[in-house]
Amino acid sequence: MEKSTHLQLKLFAARMRKLIIEGVYSAQSGHPGGSLSSTEIFAYLYGSKMRVDPATPENPDRDRFVLSKGHCAPGLYAALSQRGFFDPCNIKDFRKCGSMLQGHPCRACIPGVDMSTGSLGQGISTAVGMAMMGKLDKKDYRVYSILGDGELQEGQVWEALMSAAHYKLDNLSAFIDFNGLQIDGKTDDVMSLGSIEAKVSAFGWHMIPVDGHDFEAIEAAVTEAENTKGKPTMVVAKTHKGKGVSFMEDQAGWHGKAPNQQEYEQAMAELDATLAELEVQA
Amino acid sequence: MSKMATREAYGKALVEFGNRDDVVVLDADLSKSTMTTFFQKAYPERHFNMGIAEGNMMSVAAGMSTCDKTVFASTFAIFAAERALEQVRNSICYPNLNVKVCATHSGITVGEDGASHQCIEDLATMRALPNMRVIQPCDAASTRAVIRAVMDTEGPFYVRLGRLAVEGVYGEYADDIKFEIGKANTIREGNDITIIASGLMVQQSIAAVDMLKAKGINARLLDMHTIKPIDVAAIEKASMDTGAIVTVEEHNIFGGLGSAVAEVLSETRPCIMKRVGMMDVFGKSGKPEALLQIFNLTPESIVAAVEETIAKK
Repeated sequence: MEKSTHLQLKLFAARMRKLIIEGVYSAQSGHPGGSLSSTEIFAYLYGSKMRVDPATPENPDRDRFVLSKGHCAPGLYAALSQRGFFDPCNIKDFRKCGSMLQGHPCRACIPGVDMSTGSLGQGISTAVGMAMMGKLDKKDYRVYSILGDGELQEGQVWEALMSAAHYKLDNLSAFIDFNGLQIDGKTDDVMSLGSIEAKVSAFGWHMIPVDGHDFEAIEAAVTEAENTKGKPTMVVAKTHKGKGVSFMEDQAGWHGKAPNQQEYEQAMAELDATLAELEVQA
Repeated sequence: MSKMATREAYGKALVEFGNRDDVVVLDADLSKSTMTTFFQKAYPERHFNMGIAEGNMMSVAAGMSTCDKTVFASTFAIFAAERALEQVRNSICYPNLNVKVCATHSGITVGEDGASHQCIEDLATMRALPNMRVIQPCDAASTRAVIRAVMDTEGPFYVRLGRLAVEGVYGEYADDIKFEIGKANTIREGNDITIIASGLMVQQSIAAVDMLKAKGINARLLDMHTIKPIDVAAIEKASMDTGAIVTVEEHNIFGGLGSAVAEVLSETRPCIMKRVGMMDVFGKSGKPEALLQIFNLTPESIVAAVEETIAKK
């Protein structure tokens, strides 16, 4: 990865994190933890990889993205707004009456959102449908999706994985945001997932484990996915919930909680410092 | 005229009208029962078997429809409208996508499979979903018209189809019939009472109307093929003209056609009414005809309901 691209992606991610905290704080509700853990994945896809254009959000040849873990809408909205699909100032109205930025992604109301999600397990199935039609129509678009690790407890995820392997959807690349935490605590305590890597592989997917905060590793995995023929690819991204805000990191309690004013100020101070450091390098 | 099940008419209509690139058909390991197998043979590249995974199938259908497709997703009613209810709600109806859920094996006339497979609650669940329109054709000819109409009408539909071969109500299969989504068809004219029926209960009601005529009662019969949006004007007119209404459905009396008619009546022109349907009980195994007898979904039961209702006018 070019040094300048790497820096641009880090800037994209740093600005995303500020928008995520801004949105959740303004709404006094929402899901910061998982949005922050998947920030680098969003940033890589929307900041560099995906062939999408805010001027033609419905272009039939565009790459698609489905946020299967729909509660991480703040992450998606931050990425879309930075990519130019709408003005980032909308984020302060997240979850408020009259705002297009619904609590969970809404296809009908938000430019750039390819599928309404929020009920876990369904998004990855819709991504499978998009990839199947890419094959039928012989189009070269790719379909991306992010799942939560807790989401893997939904049986539908495995139905979707089975069908994607059956139809040899090598145009589908999904990510598992593997932060090890869900609402009620550690995934291992709530409902053990066993070896995610082994399960995904056993379901016929190409599986690539990566550090989900390392852009070079994410890029290498996505490139490997593109070069993998005859099967879909799952990037199992080891991440830290709440990444980038010291007191939120690896804390299940920040799954779906808004910061108070003091916490908000501390979070923004930390994120501003990170951003300022990167801007100096730029 | 030979009998034909609405599921068979559905399969044939898919082939007849589905010769276009945007039409895609999904099934969940029941293609020989839902009869999407006809489409599979005609257009194998546009038919996808999704295996025994109905929830996934509904969400996959939603994803496909965002790629400018008109997607038909078929399985038994019990799995489409109940097992996959939340997928139909959140993946299809909430984003208002172009998916036609065409469910076969509705009602007790599934027969021998018994209560686990006899769906008598699907009108209630599907009717409750915003953006969803709900249609139940009564015979082969109207099924053909329904499939053509929903294929050409953007947005989500639930089409309720049956397993049992039924008599034609509208003439030969290939004939064009008068069919408009949301507009009830008057099958028999009459001013003493109105019978509002749907699905194969239209045929049962035709027999009832003939029996009533012999008793000097002239019943109007409406085929309320569209349960949602329901034909408010036809119901209101029936109330004004005849002052009594009996609804007849192969569905629980809660939440289906009878409930939909009662909702309209109570907000427009109330009149005495009675619901004939499954009396909040599960079905059981047996021959379809025997089950219709056991659960009082016969012309005789409809006649009795009509007489009881007229007496209260």
